[in-house]
Amino acid sequence: MTVGLNAFILLAGLLFAIGMLGVILRKNTLVIYMSLELMLNAVIIALVAFSRYNGTMDGNLFVFFIITVAAAEVALGLAIIVALFRLRQTVMVDQLTSLSR
Amino acid sequence: MTDLLFYVFAAITLISALLMVVSPNAVNGAVCMIVSFVTTAALFVLLEAYFLAVIQVLVYAGAVMVLFLFIIMLLDVDKDTSQLLKDKMTLGASIVGFSLLVILICAAFAGGQHLPETALLPVAENPTGEGIGIPFTTSAKSYGYSLFTKYMLPFQVTGFLLLSAMIGVIVVSKKHSTDS
Repeated sequence: MTVGLNAFILLAGLLFAIGMLGVILRKNTLVIYMSLELMLNAVIIALVAFSRYNGTMDGNLFVFFIITVAAAEVALGLAIIVALFRLRQTVMVDQLTSLSR
Repeated sequence: MTDLLFYVFAAITLISALLMVVSPNAVNGAVCMIVSFVTTAALFVLLEAYFLAVIQVLVYAGAVMVLFLFIIMLLDVDKDTSQLLKDKMTLGASIVGFSLLVILICAAFAGGQHLPETALLPVAENPTGEGIGIPFTTSAKSYGYSLFTKYMLPFQVTGFLLLSAMIGVIVVSKKHSTDS
């Protein structure tokens, strides 16, 4: 494969930018959370590419840990969103502006 | 041939990610996200990280996105699609910020002053590694070897983190009375 490291890093950066656009643009908390997952995904593409072009295994192992932590994080975050919905009956961030009940 | 595959998969990844961000329906967005994760796994195959590609499809495209779809359909948040985005000022500001970030990334990695290009190193034959670093291999055996030698402490910490996350989910989602 003659595709260089910069192409992969460019792809990862663009994916991260798209995830950031989703986080600051959307109102739905679930879509914001999916955009956060997209940013995490962009980072692991960059890590795998660096690991492959560096010839070491460390980046791949780091991605392994990141995927594990992301799975735990998604379970906990969605539980928090469900608890929030139970309390307020909405998940739109513009209606969740008050800190008190 | 693999170059063409890279460009195809990269284009599908970016387009489906963008569709996820702009799609008004959250369920459609989640399906676009699954497509993006599967093409990311294809990119991992191109980078010869086969084990991670399988893990990506199983964990991300399988477990995580099914959980997302389940919660989206459980909460039924698509009742009012009238005001989809935030106000005009946030829309303009986020688009301007996104454009600036894209220009920055393209200038950093696609212009003349990008990172030095390195050729693909040959895949090592010995999966258990020798010397100081663990060389890049394609076998799943090297993952197990690394997890139980060099990365023993992070492995244990990750296991404990999964346990605490499980207990946290139970505590958060338990319905307790409000007056207590």
